Amino acid sequence: MNAPEPFLVVENVEAVYGQAILALRGVSLTLGEGGVVALLGANGAGKSTTLKAISNLIRAERGQVSQGTIRWRGRDILGRDPSALVSDGLVQVLEGRHVFPQLTVEQNLITGAYVRGLSKLRIADDLERIYAWFPRLKARRQSRAGLTSGGEQQMVAIGRALMTRPTLVLLDEPSMGLAPLIVEEIFEIVRQLNRDSGVSFLLAEQNANLALRYADHAYVLETGRVVASGAASELARRDEIKNIYLGGGSAAAAKPTRH
Amino acid sequence: MSFFLETLVGGLLAGVMYSLVAIGFVLIYKASGIFNFAQGSMVLFAALAFVTLREAGWDFVPALLVTLVVMVAGAIAIERFVLRALIGQSDLTLFMATLGLSFVIEGLAQLFMGASVHELNLGIDDIPIEVGPILVSQFDLLAAATAGALVISLSLFFNFTRIGISLRAIADDPLAAQSIGIRLPTLWRIVWGVAGLVALVAGLLWGARQGVQFSLTLVVLKALPVLIIGGFTSIGGAIVGGLLIGASESLAEIYLGDLLGGSVSTWFAYVVALAFLLIRPAGLFGDRAIERV
Ligand SMILES: Nc1ncnc2c1ncn2[C@@H]1O[C@H](COP(=O)(O)OP(=O)(O)O)[C@@H](O)[C@H]1O
Ligand SMILES: [Mg+2]
Repeated sequence: MNAPEPFLVVENVEAVYGQAILALRGVSLTLGEGGVVALLGANGAGKSTTLKAISNLIRAERGQVSQGTIRWRGRDILGRDPSALVSDGLVQVLEGRHVFPQLTVEQNLITGAYVRGLSKLRIADDLERIYAWFPRLKARRQSRAGLTSGGEQQMVAIGRALMTRPTLVLLDEPSMGLAPLIVEEIFEIVRQLNRDSGVSFLLAEQNANLALRYADHAYVLETGRVVASGAASELARRDEIKNIYLGGGSAAAAKPTRH
Repeated sequence: MSFFLETLVGGLLAGVMYSLVAIGFVLIYKASGIFNFAQGSMVLFAALAFVTLREAGWDFVPALLVTLVVMVAGAIAIERFVLRALIGQSDLTLFMATLGLSFVIEGLAQLFMGASVHELNLGIDDIPIEVGPILVSQFDLLAAATAGALVISLSLFFNFTRIGISLRAIADDPLAAQSIGIRLPTLWRIVWGVAGLVALVAGLLWGARQGVQFSLTLVVLKALPVLIIGGFTSIGGAIVGGLLIGASESLAEIYLGDLLGGSVSTWFAYVVALAFLLIRPAGLFGDRAIERV
């Protein structure tokens, strides 16, 4: 008898941009249902490309997966329409807080519900759910998203993705450019969502120190390849990871951040 | 005084039509960043197709319906088969593609329907009627009412429905819109279909006023200053811009025409637009990017 296949399986994926730049050179990883897996690595290592290969947003950036397979819930999802993936419960939160700046906070959140074609009433219910997780957003619901703080924008981006009712969230560098306190707040919410609602997370982070505290498993990428992987607690103890990544990561986290 | 008012009102009524055509541009620009130069040829094509059917003995309503179907389906086909293939190309390439398209559409229109000037009768007499202290052309009034009704329905639709908010989301950040499952192709289909409808209404109203002829394509040159004033991404801006251009053009024609040797209206809109360009480059209501991280 075969053991059931893990929730998400990425096998030997190679990805190119514009038919020339090889960004991934055979990445493999798995994520069990209900897990939080971190994808670590320096800038340019291929973290975002891995997430976009899974969500198939890579096509919008003139890239493509040239080799390998990606399976989610036992089905081959390579090359599927991103919108179809979102309505099945797989959503990506883009790096760098891509809110819709001209729309209000609440309108931003509501756009996340469109893919499910809900009635106004059901949307209102779901909004309350998001506001319960992010009370700050409720206070700013009528502000234009472009005028809110960096931390609030990150919450809008995550909340908007949650409005699609995902079972798997690909979260790209949520800590980028944010003050440590806000980052903690956001990661705590991620942990809570994972525990209370069973949402699985694949979490790309340069800040390894931080990510390893919240993930149960992690992969380290370097120039498009997986160079280390293991349980988060075990990786956190490994010296080379510490030296190469945790050093940089914790230094970045300790720096005061303006926004 | 009442002469001034008449001129002003006449200008505003013409302006409603500019607004209508400008909205066709704004919607496509918001959804895909394309400046659709072919909008003018679509106006000509719609008017020619309708006139040709009428001259072939069709009744008004069937001719209107068939032209509507041809325009909407044709516009959607242009998006699907020409522009979709060019996704990811530079803005200039896309603009050149619509420029090329406009020649193809004009060529087709003349090939099948001839190049002579046709008269288009919508059954509305062009008699002046009294509105308060002033005389207004009944045709202009009805034309403006029709265009105005369409303008208002479109702005309500694109401001308050899910489709409208999705459109604004796409205009703000297409990648983020895709990341939450908004389908760009669906929106593209809708805005091109609407552009076909706008072309039909503008073609009939304008064609009835000045005859169906090649010069109908020049509405595209009237819409450009409207967009510069109102901003390329704002429906409200297209409305205000259209009215401003219509009014200032018609006042300039009357009060500056003699001084400057007539025919001011062909270029005055551009002077107004240039002045705006210097003061507010993003247009009156254009989205200025706020805190793009
Ligand atoms: N849209 C793109 N077009 C071309 N090259 C890209 C694009 N996005 C990323 N790359 C390249 O792919 C490699 C991996 O980038 P990325 O996945 O963004 O890394 P990370 O998220 O780990 O910082 C880098 O060399 C980067 O320059
Ligand atoms: Mg990245």
